[in-house]
Amino acid sequence: MSTARLTRVSGALAEAEPLPQCALYELARVGQRGLLAEVIRLRGPTATLQIYEETAGLVLGEPVAPTGAALTVGLGPGLLGSILDGVGRPLGRLAEQSGDFLAPGVTAETLDPESRWAFTPALAAGARVSPGDVLGSVEERPGIRHSILVPPGISGELARLDAGTFSLADPVATLTDGRTLGLVQRWPVRRPRPVARRLPDDRPFVTGQRVFDLLFPAAEGGSIVVPGGFGTGKTVIEQSLAKYGDADIVVYVGCGERGNEMAEVLHEFPRLTDPATGRSLMDRTVMVVNTSNMPVAAREASIYLGITIAEYYRDMGYRVALLADSLSRWAEALREISARLAEMPGEEGYPTYLATRLGQFFERAGRVTALGSPSRTGAVTVVAAVSPPGGDFSEPVTQAALRISGALWALDPALAHQRQFPAVDWSMSYSLYARRLETWFESQAHSDWGELRRETLALLQRGQELRDIAGLVGPEALQGTDRLLLETARVIQEFVLGQSAYDSNDAHSPVAKTALLAGLALQLQRHAQALLASGVAFEQLDLGPVRRALALVRSAPVAAVEARAAEAAFCIAGLSRAAAT
Amino acid sequence: MTRLTRTYHGASGATGPLLFLKDTRRVALGEWVEIAQADQPLRRGQVIDAGEDTTVIQVLDETLGLAPARAAIRLTGNVPTAVVGRELLGRSFNGVGQPLDELPPPIGEALLPVAGAPLNPARRLRPTDRIETGVSAIDGLNTLVRGQKLPVFSGPGLPGLELAGRIVEWSRAPGARPFAVIFVGMGLTAREAEHFLDRFQRAGAMERSILYLNQARDPSIERLLAPRFALTQAEYLAFETGLDVLVVMADLTSYCETLREVATARQEIPGRRGFPGSMYTDLATLLERAGIVEGRAGSVTQIPILTMPDDDITHPIPDLTGYITEGQLVLSRELHRRGVEPPIDVLPSLSRLMNAGIGPGRTVPEHREWANQLYASYTQGREARLMAAIVGEAGLSEPDRRALALADRFEKEFIGQQERRDLGQTIAIGWALLESLPRDDLLRLSEPTWDARPSRLTQESR
Repeated sequence: MSTARLTRVSGALAEAEPLPQCALYELARVGQRGLLAEVIRLRGPTATLQIYEETAGLVLGEPVAPTGAALTVGLGPGLLGSILDGVGRPLGRLAEQSGDFLAPGVTAETLDPESRWAFTPALAAGARVSPGDVLGSVEERPGIRHSILVPPGISGELARLDAGTFSLADPVATLTDGRTLGLVQRWPVRRPRPVARRLPDDRPFVTGQRVFDLLFPAAEGGSIVVPGGFGTGKTVIEQSLAKYGDADIVVYVGCGERGNEMAEVLHEFPRLTDPATGRSLMDRTVMVVNTSNMPVAAREASIYLGITIAEYYRDMGYRVALLADSLSRWAEALREISARLAEMPGEEGYPTYLATRLGQFFERAGRVTALGSPSRTGAVTVVAAVSPPGGDFSEPVTQAALRISGALWALDPALAHQRQFPAVDWSMSYSLYARRLETWFESQAHSDWGELRRETLALLQRGQELRDIAGLVGPEALQGTDRLLLETARVIQEFVLGQSAYDSNDAHSPVAKTALLAGLALQLQRHAQALLASGVAFEQLDLGPVRRALALVRSAPVAAVEARAAEAAFCIAGLSRAAAT
Repeated sequence: MTRLTRTYHGASGATGPLLFLKDTRRVALGEWVEIAQADQPLRRGQVIDAGEDTTVIQVLDETLGLAPARAAIRLTGNVPTAVVGRELLGRSFNGVGQPLDELPPPIGEALLPVAGAPLNPARRLRPTDRIETGVSAIDGLNTLVRGQKLPVFSGPGLPGLELAGRIVEWSRAPGARPFAVIFVGMGLTAREAEHFLDRFQRAGAMERSILYLNQARDPSIERLLAPRFALTQAEYLAFETGLDVLVVMADLTSYCETLREVATARQEIPGRRGFPGSMYTDLATLLERAGIVEGRAGSVTQIPILTMPDDDITHPIPDLTGYITEGQLVLSRELHRRGVEPPIDVLPSLSRLMNAGIGPGRTVPEHREWANQLYASYTQGREARLMAAIVGEAGLSEPDRRALALADRFEKEFIGQQERRDLGQTIAIGWALLESLPRDDLLRLSEPTWDARPSRLTQESR
């Protein structure tokens, strides 16, 4: 029995001694109420702990008991649909114990130990198993098979493997050496789960958002950073991806964000259906929620918890999207703890290891061949929002995240103020995946996808230059062809890139619709340009009907998109008729 | 936590608002402290760093004349608590809950720790009930809902407090019930406080209000506790007695400056502009105490007011606040100079919870499209205004000229207002402006919305 006692409490940090035998990142229970804490520094007999719960009221001299294990999460059936805090406690069951407000010292297992599952074995006694092998499966949610995997580090011969209904505490398999395996495996959240092989990024994570799919596509298994000042729509983008992104499983990490927004997600998701499967969105979602007023150390842990759960489903062969909102709050938690440790600060007070930690986190994204047999391919795609102070992207968190991610979706407050959503600054955003993914888009969406993309970007670029000039001399002073370009760039902004998350027909745009809209805008440019070349004056072009027709394509229900697009094309062709009269 | 009191004679040092104790045992983090010294008034403080080597106490009162070696420091064994209850309505207190109105201290219905506890996010109810504030820029374009926190970003000399006064006076909770109003003054000047109180009294809002006033002349550290006393009371009224509570906090900038003062005295590593790195979390522990709880009747809605230093919205105070709150109402010096009152610049203003409070069955079916179109046309007009300043109005294209005319009228007729407007009036003014434009300038409006526009409906009914 430990006799360690608290010798200092300051914010989320505490010191205790004597704890000479402790390990780094070992969990401990602090005080009479048994607050959850993690050892983050050891110096002689003194251990420094970060406490995952509210520390007010902790008294010097209260006992501290190390647990001998690191922060782990129980992985098994029942994760889907659950809402966890930053260290993996289900918020619903915490409320049953402590009421509407969170009380320190209350614990609950991530998975309900009482829950029972019908297990179907995939192997039989006598089979040799090694890490990652599929022992069998349970149906976790209607239509979602949850494979029970041999945990990393365990191999041997199966002595028994039973079909039947088991609780999470029951063994389902016994090895010949007597070890048993159950439906749940524990895994330390700070350690990446092993894989057999990493695969190249040549498949897209289709977002259903035109501006991303067309201009700055995400790779499945890629990592994307979304920086934007407040009010630029980061959260709406993350939520749209959670709803419409083409993933089997979504892990949503609300890291230091707003409680009311989480309430909105929790209200909305169970009522929304996955467009691909028709099931409730909550059936494929795990939520990790640590709002800004919840303890700061748990916020630091929350992204690791989220990505560990994502890796676990990846190992079953699922394509998982991990949506983190926001990494800046995680970095700030790191900074707060580092400051209390009196560590020498790096840039803007962030610890010097900020970039390393971020790198380790982003590297857990990827498309992989999972360990074990049968062979499975899975992916974890990370889309992380960043909240740069003052909207200034030169700050350390944004910069560190950019160096290690594959795409940048930069959000622009000026566009947001105009209510132009998604408020993506196309001149600043980029995707390193774009070229590689062209092959896929050309085979699946549109044979000229690469061309569409390049032409659209070039038009936007030229439009931007002209707008700057027009700002000096007035649009009336520009030549007809330039005024047309300006107009087409505006059409692209508004009807191709602009997409309303609140229009049920347009909140999700299949790639075919994206290609159609982009194609129409380019067709408008080509056709009108030809008319100007033939001597028609810009003033004679009546673009009003074209714009209205494009608005109708954009808001048409999926089944009507093609018909509306044909009408718009007819409208564009009609420009010459109108100009002739 | 109620434990024995212990008294230490003599502290080892003091700096600014901090007092240091050496060799302390069984001190609790957050513990309430009383500091006695001969010939000096009793001072109050709180443990902000508990250590057996050194314990740091934050002193709430003026430390001028405090002699650490001669002080008797009594650790009370309690964390700071507030007396809460319905009988506090109609009364005024200082920043630590002592009466300012010469009446005896309230007995109250409960004694609660002022730090509060985080609301379990799974128990929150999504805010959806619209609050009609009577201000067009809010009701029409940045709808406030019950349980939201929507700050006013003001600037030096801009009428932020004035706007808050209007909102308090004009607001109706759903079902037209009046709000209980809790006003927290942090570092307000006597003139500001008086002006606001006067407005309160004239509106007849006093008997459903509670004031917690920490004025500019009061000890600054008290500012850190004043909003916590107020919010503890607000949560009690809302979640235990079922009232809809509107909390107005002014000025958050003074609060943050006090945070910085304490952090500097503790020699913490400063973040941007010297503000502590933990300021985001600290502000969140105030601002996240807004909301609605499943199965409970009342609500806490917050309208914090802050002054953007030098009108700079990227300053850490508005910046961090904006990341926590569900939107912001931004005041514009330009509009104020031109005499538009309230000078709300709707472009950078935002209500994140607006969509949940508007639309079919809540306001008017076309509310979202109507607002989007007003935003789009007004934005175009503002851009045209900039361009016209360079190239002259004659250099503008025809649609830009129309948008510019609309922007001028929009500011004058829609944003500017003297009297309370109900939502119907607000929507009608917006439509009148939109209908001054041709259909081709209004592509954010769908065909059905356009077909159902008010003027056409009236024509048809004739």
